[in-house]
Amino acid sequence: MTSPMVSSSNLLHRRAVIGELLRDRGDLLCVASLGAPNWDITAVGDHPNNFPLWGAMAASVMMGLGLAIAQPNRRVIVFAGDGEMLMSLGALATVGAQKPRNLSVVVLDNERYGETGMQKTHTAAGVDLTAVAKGCAIPTCLTVKTEAEIAGLRRAVYEGEGPVFATVKIDPEALPFVLPPSDGVILTTRFRQSVLGNEALYN
Amino acid sequence: MSIGSIKAVSANPTWPDEIYQVLKEVGVQQVALVPDAGHTRLIKSFEADNSVRVVSLTTEEEGIAMLAGAWLGGQKGVLLLQSSGVGNCINMLSLPNICRMPLLMLVTMRGEFGEFNPWQVPMGQGTQPALESMGVIIRRADKPEDVTRTVAGAAHLAFNTWRPVAVLIGQNVLGAKNFKEMAQK
Ligand SMILES: Cc1ncc(C[n+]2csc(CCOP(=O)(O)OP(=O)(O)O)c2C)c(N)n1
Ligand SMILES: [Mg+2]
Repeated sequence: MTSPMVSSSNLLHRRAVIGELLRDRGDLLCVASLGAPNWDITAVGDHPNNFPLWGAMAASVMMGLGLAIAQPNRRVIVFAGDGEMLMSLGALATVGAQKPRNLSVVVLDNERYGETGMQKTHTAAGVDLTAVAKGCAIPTCLTVKTEAEIAGLRRAVYEGEGPVFATVKIDPEALPFVLPPSDGVILTTRFRQSVLGNEALYN
Repeated sequence: MSIGSIKAVSANPTWPDEIYQVLKEVGVQQVALVPDAGHTRLIKSFEADNSVRVVSLTTEEEGIAMLAGAWLGGQKGVLLLQSSGVGNCINMLSLPNICRMPLLMLVTMRGEFGEFNPWQVPMGQGTQPALESMGVIIRRADKPEDVTRTVAGAAHLAFNTWRPVAVLIGQNVLGAKNFKEMAQK
């Protein structure tokens, strides 16, 4: 039996995982790192409560932390590429020390720097980001490899006691780009207007 | 104090308490920092304040990203760092620059007035050009009596015009240490 969520090499499709995590999202806030994670959250449906990064590699987890602290009554999810996560390992220690209950970090681990030509990352050599997150005192840490585990991840993101960290092993597929607005002022303003209301336009 | 002293003018300066008040008045709720001795008193004030979240970072660039997230969520913040840490922030400064987000950085300077540690000099001398190269507006405070007003002006500039602004608090204000003297004690 083949599932549309899984590739011929039995790895999860990245956009299928993200689609499942972002469906019926309520007031969930979402940050995605540069490159494929940005195109992915846009492909499943651009949304004002998305902040897709076009640069600032290594920013995503810490942006999620600042946002989670500022909006303690909402859930915040960060989608980070494995390359992005490797560049900001210290942010996991900072998140582990701060323990924001409403923050989830989901690493889309294709074991590649996808955007720059599919060069192998350290995770291809066995570096275990979930183990790093555990070592950083993040209370809930998962590695997700199968379709059956996605429901548990979704529960952790929406209902779990955060911070939650998950490495999702995904197929190293190159998918068509689906682009959100690239102007940072538009992305910032639409997000703030959506989250904070029209008042955000006046200060 | 000898006429050639390079120590701080006052052992108990008032500006750290004053800028705490200024930052409270402008509505700072998140404080991101990598500690520097020059910020000790200000950090203590924030740590004693339950309405402010103090986040210790592993590297200064984390603070730039964190305060961008804070702004998206409707909170203002400040980044406290030593001049050495400015070098860790360069690419991350793209974020407030391109997104027209406010960023207030309070940088305690090393590698200039009275410095004894040669390793502080390259980044100390590079701090202002590095920040300016990334579009950060610089204000300097080189006298203790100028710090509070300079920080207040920088905070208003940053939060009212949505721009990255750094206050460089000169080593003349902080006073220079001499580890060689300390080693002899
Ligand atoms: C500071 C910095 N270094 C390098 C790059 C070039 N770069 C752009 S995307 C990327 C790789 C992203 O890989 P990953 O986060 O794993 O995402 P993927 O595309 O594999 O999902 C790199 C290295 C950059 N934009 N910024
Ligand atoms: Mg990758």
